[in-house]
Amino acid sequence: MHPSESRLSPPGRPLAPRPTRILRLLGAAGLATLLTGCNTLVLNPSGDVARQQGDLVVVATLLMLLIVVPVMLAVVIFAWRYRASNKDAPYEPDWDHSTQLELLIWAAPLLIIICLGAVTWTSTHLLDPYRAIGRIDQDTKITRDMTPLEVEVVALDWKWLFIYPEQGIATVNELVVPTGRPLNFRITASSVMNSFYVPAMAGQIYAMPGMETRLHAVMNENVESFGLSANYSGAGFSNMRFKMRAVSDADFGKWVGEVKTTGATPQQVAQLSEMPLHNGVSPRPMGGNLDRAAYLELEKPSEKVPAIRFATVEPKLFDAVVDMCVEPGKMCMSEMMAIDARGGLGKAGIRNVQMLAYDKTGRQATLASTGNPNEAVRRELAWVRALCEQMPGQVRDSTVKAPDDLRSLSGAGIAAPQSIGFGKEDAAAVSSAKPAHVSLISRN
Amino acid sequence: MAIEAVDHSHWSPLLGRLWLDAIPQDPIVLATFVAVALGGVALVAALTYFKLWGYLWKEWFTSVDHKKIGIMYMILGLIMLLRGFADAVMMRIQQAMAFNGSEGYLNAHHFDQIFTAHGVIMIFFVAMPFVTGLMNYVVPLQIGARDVSFPFLNNFSFWMTTAGAVLVMMSLFIGEFAQTGWLAYPPLSNLAYSPWVGVDYYIWALQIAGVGTLLSGVNLICTIVKMRAPGMTLMRMPVFTWTSLCTNILIVAAFPVLTAVMTMLTMDRYLGFNFFSNDFGGSPMMYVNLIWIWGHPEVYILILPLFGVFSEVTSTFSGKRLFGYSSMVYATLVITILSYLVWLHHFFTMGSGASVNSFFGITTMVISIPTGAKLFNWLFTMYRGRIRYELPMMWTVAFMLTFTVGGMTGVLLAVPPADFVLHNSLFLIAHFHNVIIGGVLFGLFAAINFWWPKAFGFKLNQFWGKVSFWLWVPGFWFAFMPLYILGLMGVTRRMRVFDDPSLQIWFLIAGFGAAMIAGGIGAMLIQFAVSIWKRDELRDETGDPWNGRTLEWSTSSPPPEYNFAFTPIIQDLDAYDDMKRCGVTRPVQGFLPIHMPKGTGTGIILAGLSTVLGFAMIWYIWWLAAVAFLGIIGYAIFHTFNYDRDYYIPAETVAETEAARTRQLEAAGA
Repeated sequence: MHPSESRLSPPGRPLAPRPTRILRLLGAAGLATLLTGCNTLVLNPSGDVARQQGDLVVVATLLMLLIVVPVMLAVVIFAWRYRASNKDAPYEPDWDHSTQLELLIWAAPLLIIICLGAVTWTSTHLLDPYRAIGRIDQDTKITRDMTPLEVEVVALDWKWLFIYPEQGIATVNELVVPTGRPLNFRITASSVMNSFYVPAMAGQIYAMPGMETRLHAVMNENVESFGLSANYSGAGFSNMRFKMRAVSDADFGKWVGEVKTTGATPQQVAQLSEMPLHNGVSPRPMGGNLDRAAYLELEKPSEKVPAIRFATVEPKLFDAVVDMCVEPGKMCMSEMMAIDARGGLGKAGIRNVQMLAYDKTGRQATLASTGNPNEAVRRELAWVRALCEQMPGQVRDSTVKAPDDLRSLSGAGIAAPQSIGFGKEDAAAVSSAKPAHVSLISRN
Repeated sequence: MAIEAVDHSHWSPLLGRLWLDAIPQDPIVLATFVAVALGGVALVAALTYFKLWGYLWKEWFTSVDHKKIGIMYMILGLIMLLRGFADAVMMRIQQAMAFNGSEGYLNAHHFDQIFTAHGVIMIFFVAMPFVTGLMNYVVPLQIGARDVSFPFLNNFSFWMTTAGAVLVMMSLFIGEFAQTGWLAYPPLSNLAYSPWVGVDYYIWALQIAGVGTLLSGVNLICTIVKMRAPGMTLMRMPVFTWTSLCTNILIVAAFPVLTAVMTMLTMDRYLGFNFFSNDFGGSPMMYVNLIWIWGHPEVYILILPLFGVFSEVTSTFSGKRLFGYSSMVYATLVITILSYLVWLHHFFTMGSGASVNSFFGITTMVISIPTGAKLFNWLFTMYRGRIRYELPMMWTVAFMLTFTVGGMTGVLLAVPPADFVLHNSLFLIAHFHNVIIGGVLFGLFAAINFWWPKAFGFKLNQFWGKVSFWLWVPGFWFAFMPLYILGLMGVTRRMRVFDDPSLQIWFLIAGFGAAMIAGGIGAMLIQFAVSIWKRDELRDETGDPWNGRTLEWSTSSPPPEYNFAFTPIIQDLDAYDDMKRCGVTRPVQGFLPIHMPKGTGTGIILAGLSTVLGFAMIWYIWWLAAVAFLGIIGYAIFHTFNYDRDYYIPAETVAETEAARTRQLEAAGA
């Protein structure tokens, strides 16, 4: 019932009835009797990752209902049967122990948790947002010639910036992706914590200043949907939403061309300063080239920002954002860490701590609000000048490779459950007697 | 974030940053302020007119009697429940209205304060005082003690908690409260993004109340470990006492973490440190880790004592010994330990590795095993029992049905990939309200109905209790089931406006549920009023209205100041049930003078000075902060020279009291 989510075309390929699909249907029948009539986007998304996550919600629920339903029934039955007015029911006031029953009441939940724990272990690794996806959908594995689309995401005060490094364009509050192509998101934030969440595509991951998080996903249907910040980030949070479109490869190319032409001339963005902001954005035209100056202007707090397009982007802008040195002259965190790792600068370091803070706008407001004369000095002390030319460090690539061989995930001898979407051939591989080899996951 | 047009940029040596702009301009807040001010004036006038100040000061405020302090905690919790619930209703109305381009009736500045205040108040100033009050009242009686180990400390703890609550209430009318969410994650809560007083109110309220909570934890642990009646070995302790012990161990282990993390945030905000800022290697994620290392045990701090309540209630009203006492105790201990191994499940979505996430997901699921065992134990306690459906038992059955669903959705959220799609959604909100309302609050209502006759000597009115029950329980389902569904529709928490009109119907249903709950709370207040009014009809002379099984029912209702004229000797787990069966008779002679602690005003004075200190720090009124701080230190030292701390109740007085009790029992028995 989301009006913004109209399916533009049917799914790419008809899906054969497989165990997963049947299970999903069963689950849907069980759970969704209550939910009929409303679009439970989370259980019914258009991206393969979110779909697996939604399936997992259903599978886990069904597993637990195995024990929850009998317990609730027993509560009702016992509560009725042993009511005081029912004198026919047996009454044993001193019966307070039964070893068999005790065993049962500890073992039954334990068994469920063992099953659920196994599902958790495998699915957490398979659906790790840092892991490159291994498949486009149930029937299509990723092949070498599929190059993923890189998108860099910056959560700004109360809008989203998307940089397409390959295409050299950037947009605000408008995310367009090609259907059926792997998507690699690199995510950060400019000021406070947000959470990048496109329910139709994949689960959320936090966007945090000075840190980079990752998300790997794919869209399987051409849809129009939405994304949002799932973590409260201040006054403009409620309107921190953006339109998300998944389109065909051809349409994506067309859209990129469009951004390059329409985004070439900066335009006045009327609503940018709609709110009477303390430190509001100047109504400066936005668009054209997204260089550092334009970024610094853009990152000032504003809300309900309409889509903005930039035809070109300064290279390495995202790295500078993560490294917190977009501002000319500010020392990058990576440089500071490198100096610290070598023991710091000693006394010379004290003199280097000059001017302004990274949290610019906020600190200025602080200065004003505290009225503390020392605040000005403190503020000056809180900015670290770059020692040489700013060199945003390359963030370590923390992507986890998609597994070539799923045996590494399945644990000692436990066959992977079908429900979490292993292909048949993988299941066969698991059951074959080859020894499991070392895990491919190296991050932890 | 400084979004309001008001300029707060001034500071004077005399008033700090306090100035006329601190009075909120919002008409809703102004109206509330006027109403509260009028109510306050009326209350003060009434107390003065009826000359009650002296009585209140002497008999209550300065009392170190654990029973009176317990009751005062419950009153504090009840008052704050009304405030926290008012916040909830305002949120429900806003979210039900703000569709189709409507901004609703609350601006972001106001709405964001409301959801922050709602969370802070409900956890710190409703659930905590209720739980602490309950433990304070019941534990010493259950273990056959005359008071807690440190009676003055108990009074001081209560007033410190109250001081925190006072600061939160002040923020409504002077300045603002935090707009950060109830755990105030930096960098948002750091000075750079929350420059005015909101977060400072949050910090100081929590710090001051935290002192109270920690000290009361120490006090109750000592009491349970050292003051049990002879014969009460650990494995003969009532389950409520066991769960209280575990809760207080959790408090003592967890609250220092909160104190430390709040101190670090204070240093960030006041002294320019960079623990959690974006600069100089500050790590906001460190804050998130630390606050949840406190925060997850906190939810078990809240629920464990109520598990104890359900055990007592189920066993009493089924007329049976509790099934699987030892497994109940071990389950409690396992939960206590495991509650420290799960904190990361609150932020699976912050980019931890898959192995870390799986570890914390699985440890979280493991907690459901002892919790499930507990549920089965209650179930088998009912099995082959004679269940009397008095109000406490009704709440217990409602709990068993409600909490199971909440537990299930909790385990679901513990599966990291499922959490990725449900984290921060209304599904999560529905889940924790499901366990906190269905567990903690229903448990408290069971406990209030169960122990009220002990505290006041008369039962609570059943009719209004049932009205409250039948409004609360379905009201809860109406209010939170839509939130589960909305969560599955991808709707996240803390939203002030919505753009999808198809969601509105669910918010309307949730609003209807909230209205039913309001009716439930109203009915409960009527229940108290009617019961007090008709107390003579509801009078219980025996001291044992429910055919109870534990020691607190062996004394009179309300118990005498000294609880037990002679310290009872314990032979069995259900001590009083055992005494009744063996025909142990009440001693009626041979009384000795009883050594008792004396009341003192130090607790309320120190807490008052702490409130002043907190207020001065919040507003940067440095001279006042210095004066208040020196005052606290000075008065504390002064108090150590007060040697007039105890007295003896003469044997004759004890004999008189006990003789009156004998006559009362004879009259009741006749």
